[in-house]
Amino acid sequence: MASEYEFTAKDIVEKPEILMSGHRACAGCGPATALRLVLKAVRGPTILTHATGCMEVVSTIYPYTAWKIPWIHTAFENVAANASGIEAALKVLRRKGRIKDEHVDVIAFAGDGGTFDIGIQDLSGAVERGHDFMYVLYDNEAYMNTGIQRSGGTPHGAATTTSPAGSVIPGKPEYKKPISDIMVAHGMPYVATASPYYWKDLITKARKGIEVDGPAFLHVIAPCPRGWRYDTSKTIEISRLVVENCIFPLWEAIDGEYQLSEPSEAIALKPETKKPVQEYLRMQGRFRHLFTPKFEKVIDEIQWITDKRWQRLLKKCGIN
Amino acid sequence: MEIVKQKVLALNGDEAVAYAVKQSDVDVVSAYPITPQTIIVERFSEYVANGEVDTEFICVESEHSALSACLTASAMGARVFTATASAGLALMHEILYVTSGCRAPVVMAVVNRALSAPINIHCDHSDSMVERDCSWIQLYAENSQEVYDSIIQAFRIAENPEISLPVMVGLDGFSLSHTLENVQVLPDDVVRKFVGTRQFPFIKGHEGKMVPFKLDPENPLSMGPLDLYDYYFEHKRQQEEAMQKAPKVIQQVHEEYAQMSGRHYGNGLIERYNLEDAEIAAVCLGSTAGTVKTVVDELRAEGVKAGLLRIRTFRPLPVEEIIKALENVKAVAVMDRSLSFGGYGGAVFHEIRHILYDAHIHPYVVNYIYGLGGRDTPRNLIHKIYQDLQEILQTRRVEKPVKFIGLRE
Repeated sequence: MASEYEFTAKDIVEKPEILMSGHRACAGCGPATALRLVLKAVRGPTILTHATGCMEVVSTIYPYTAWKIPWIHTAFENVAANASGIEAALKVLRRKGRIKDEHVDVIAFAGDGGTFDIGIQDLSGAVERGHDFMYVLYDNEAYMNTGIQRSGGTPHGAATTTSPAGSVIPGKPEYKKPISDIMVAHGMPYVATASPYYWKDLITKARKGIEVDGPAFLHVIAPCPRGWRYDTSKTIEISRLVVENCIFPLWEAIDGEYQLSEPSEAIALKPETKKPVQEYLRMQGRFRHLFTPKFEKVIDEIQWITDKRWQRLLKKCGIN
Repeated sequence: MEIVKQKVLALNGDEAVAYAVKQSDVDVVSAYPITPQTIIVERFSEYVANGEVDTEFICVESEHSALSACLTASAMGARVFTATASAGLALMHEILYVTSGCRAPVVMAVVNRALSAPINIHCDHSDSMVERDCSWIQLYAENSQEVYDSIIQAFRIAENPEISLPVMVGLDGFSLSHTLENVQVLPDDVVRKFVGTRQFPFIKGHEGKMVPFKLDPENPLSMGPLDLYDYYFEHKRQQEEAMQKAPKVIQQVHEEYAQMSGRHYGNGLIERYNLEDAEIAAVCLGSTAGTVKTVVDELRAEGVKAGLLRIRTFRPLPVEEIIKALENVKAVAVMDRSLSFGGYGGAVFHEIRHILYDAHIHPYVVNYIYGLGGRDTPRNLIHKIYQDLQEILQTRRVEKPVKFIGLRE
């Protein structure tokens, strides 16, 4: 599936903003960057719906809004059901001639808490029913809005306020839920992962997700300086490293067929360029406790799960 | 206006709901099956499968999603319907508040059923009574005819731009939902004309002009924003103001409908049955009113001045009407088919006693908790209630204001 959407950096800069300036996201916010990039892929009239979370909170406070186009937030765990209702209404109202006779795209935004955890039921249901919408998961790997609590998207070993680095337990004991693979297993037409550093790849995938008939799922890694404990200037660098060490490889699954995207494919072709996880972990305060003799074996575990999942992905992509 | 010629169909309460929805030009139905509501979604699915309706039917994976999808479809400008019962309504609880808070005029049939545990599929009013504070208009029907009529009226009430609040229509599980009745139905075109097309309030949009309150790419709005201590309170007050405007609209819609159908349910808010000269009266809502009316007739035949006040609109509570209805009654028995555990009687009792405090009339007001989990409430139980009221008048004493009736003690 190739998108005919060709663009240059200049096109992107000139394209009108949908998430306007003046919102209250933190300096260096990965999710704000991720959403802004996703919205550069919008092709026409679009309705947005948003799960409760950081980006919902920072983009509105009555009577202000940062959204240039129609937007609705209702609750935390139901954004895919909200998208279902919007899409169904668009179909029937257009059919009955009660709205303009034109296609309108529907995009749902949710964080990792709203997707991996509390919202997985309605996401699964909406995808099973085949509604035509794109679900964008901006994954900052914890409940950042409520003060950095662990989610199903938090990686192994990360310290959060509900998986603290204690003297006995070194951060989150569990591994990150492979949410995008779960979505591929639904048999949906388009699933992709993306990172803000690879902006062109991200926008192209967002565009494909919008263009596809039926549900699309875009998983964007979205570093959070507050929750990951790094300097606000490092968001984009971290977005690159997480791909280069294969913790968050970039791929697409079109009708269930996995395919590595260019940055990750390059690593697959030259395995010696695959970076170890240490540099990435060392940059972030949430992993600081792992760099002690007592817990350094957790770094090995992170390397082990990264390699295991990378190998599994390569197999799915037909690369051995 | 002349009364429209109507046909009679044998329908149970659930089928009456589905038939009314079919005729009301509903754009989106999103629902999840739960006993005793299932017949509604089954019948409606058949209408969809046979092309008898032009409706998007979203057969969702939970009641939470059912109402979530209804809410946004309504925000898009669609006419929307859902139905549930018991645990399903409880699962919707969060979104009930969000729906009314977003001023989405969703119409929902609630097939009243007991709440777990222990699990029980039969009728009581625990499910909707616990939701009485969530800013949904609540109508309770006495029979399947009223169910049919109320669903059609509900769209007009909810979608009135002055109101813009969701409406739930309660019908008693099994005793109405699964019991066949002769139901007079209006012709399709008459119903369609009555409900009309969806109307919208106008609000100031992003670009400063007045726009219809819906999600529309040409007139962008943000709905459901963060709203803290600087505006939330005013928004809740606006919801209450809309609630207070509702009785007038409910009465108007009811009267307009009555003129073409020939059917009245009191004034749409309350129904007085032999109350004019009554000395003793019961107050109830739902299908039990049918049994109570029979008992009132029997007592009247014996010369007992008995009456009934049936509350059709429980939210908003028609305070003035209730006072007027009860001002000459000397002893009142409020019947509650739900229980406020640890409180002083049931929800309806709370309201009635509370209203009368300021009304300068102070009849004896007692409470009967009855029929939980579908327990039958036959005529002899109702007779017992009226006997108690007569005894109170004779002895001028109330021994126990809150009693349970029709159960093993």
